[in-house]
Amino acid sequence: MTKDELKIKLETLREGLSFEEGGEWTTLNLEPEGFKNFAAQIKNDSDLQFDYLFCQTAVDWKTHLSMVYHLSSTVFRHELVIKIKLEKSSPVVDTVCDLWRTAEFHEREAYDLMGIEFLGHPDLRRLFMTPDHEGFPLRKDYEDPINMIKL
Amino acid sequence: MIINVGPQHPSTHGVLHLVITLNGETVKKVEPHLGYIHRSIEKMCESLSYRQFIYVTSRMDYLSSHINNHGCALCVEKGLQIEIPSRSQVIRVLMDELTRLASHLLWWGALAMDLGAFTPFFYAFREREMINELMEDTCGARLTMNYIVPGGVMMDLHPDFQRKVKEFLKLFQSKIHEYDELVTNNIIFQNRTKGVGFISREDAISFGCTGPTGRGSGLSCDIRKLYPYEIYDQLQFDEIIEQGGDSFARYKVRVREMVQSMRIIEQLIDNIPEGDFQAKTKAVLKLPKGDFYTRVETARGELGVYIVSEGGSTPYRIKFRSPGFSNLSALDHMSRGGKIGDLMATMGTLDLVIPDIDR
Repeated sequence: MTKDELKIKLETLREGLSFEEGGEWTTLNLEPEGFKNFAAQIKNDSDLQFDYLFCQTAVDWKTHLSMVYHLSSTVFRHELVIKIKLEKSSPVVDTVCDLWRTAEFHEREAYDLMGIEFLGHPDLRRLFMTPDHEGFPLRKDYEDPINMIKL
Repeated sequence: MIINVGPQHPSTHGVLHLVITLNGETVKKVEPHLGYIHRSIEKMCESLSYRQFIYVTSRMDYLSSHINNHGCALCVEKGLQIEIPSRSQVIRVLMDELTRLASHLLWWGALAMDLGAFTPFFYAFREREMINELMEDTCGARLTMNYIVPGGVMMDLHPDFQRKVKEFLKLFQSKIHEYDELVTNNIIFQNRTKGVGFISREDAISFGCTGPTGRGSGLSCDIRKLYPYEIYDQLQFDEIIEQGGDSFARYKVRVREMVQSMRIIEQLIDNIPEGDFQAKTKAVLKLPKGDFYTRVETARGELGVYIVSEGGSTPYRIKFRSPGFSNLSALDHMSRGGKIGDLMATMGTLDLVIPDIDR
């Protein structure tokens, strides 16, 4: 499916989607509300079959955080990028690890380093840092006077 | 019963810590505890320039350091929209495949050692040493090469490179049957790996397993074939896929991949085009605003490099989607219901490199 065909197909699933221009792949901006339903739809739709979540990460934009999902289909080989804007004071989004099991670790990583909470995650704990660690290292305002080297 | 394997365990090859819940000898649950070698490379990269951050990535998957560098260089080139000279493309592919060979050789020796056979390790290192010497001649380093830079490669090939690669190929071809005789056809090895650590194709996709781990389950996931970069689309080689889904299938994929890497090197070694080894680039690289994603096939699977740029001379955010991280997440699923003795075979055929997982 080409980028335009993909856009048309996605709009049949939900109206009023906001696409981002530019970039290599079709990029979609979504709200955290209703994201889980939409994710299940694009995974199970027979024309889309986004069965492979190849990258899941978070970006700190200082004013807000965003989750970035890179999805691909092993059947049709088309890609989709989903970006979800989250509030910095309470970044909460539904988990997708029951749809793509690789998300289980990726979400723990995002929780550990960016402080994003995933509703419904079976085992949301810190992954790399110790359980008593304070702060989220990948956030832009994180300070660690001992271990951080600034250039 | 709960047993800790690692972080100081000879079979984890690095500081991996597994907490295993057992019922008798049967594995109920495997819980990886990570972070012993977490250096937050992604955070470090945010304060390094587009030329500098590549050197840090050699320390992720240190057995595929060329390919890590390659992925990052491709991502920066994608942002800058520069074409690189054909000579550097060929050199890059040659180095990638030599790295893949060296990595698979180390894995082959180490896997056999995990399962109690010590000799294969020496056989593997005999060949791997030759590759390391080749790297040392041209790149100046044996492990963390830092040779591939945005715009091409750092310096030209060593004058002896072609001769030494041909010597290596000749020797390797005469020795490759030994691998099958020593390990593949060994009945003890087969009994210990067949049917062990099974993962189906659907689960492999769901867990994001790539590289030989995914291909051992019948999943076509070779980035060199699916999304060719550099000159891979002009080369003759096969994507190795096995349907077994068990440790033995993953083993066979890697051993057969070594032959394919050799095929690629044979096609290229006499056809290195003349010309520049580096494109002319500005002293300070600045990527336009936006996000850029590239994927390359390392010895372990799909490495994704995701750069978010704000238009400055340093990346705003970098994410490395490392193959080992996703492959490890499937370990629990693979080893449940198996015996604790089989866990080493499963872990060995995942070919985990811990700095790649922790980053």
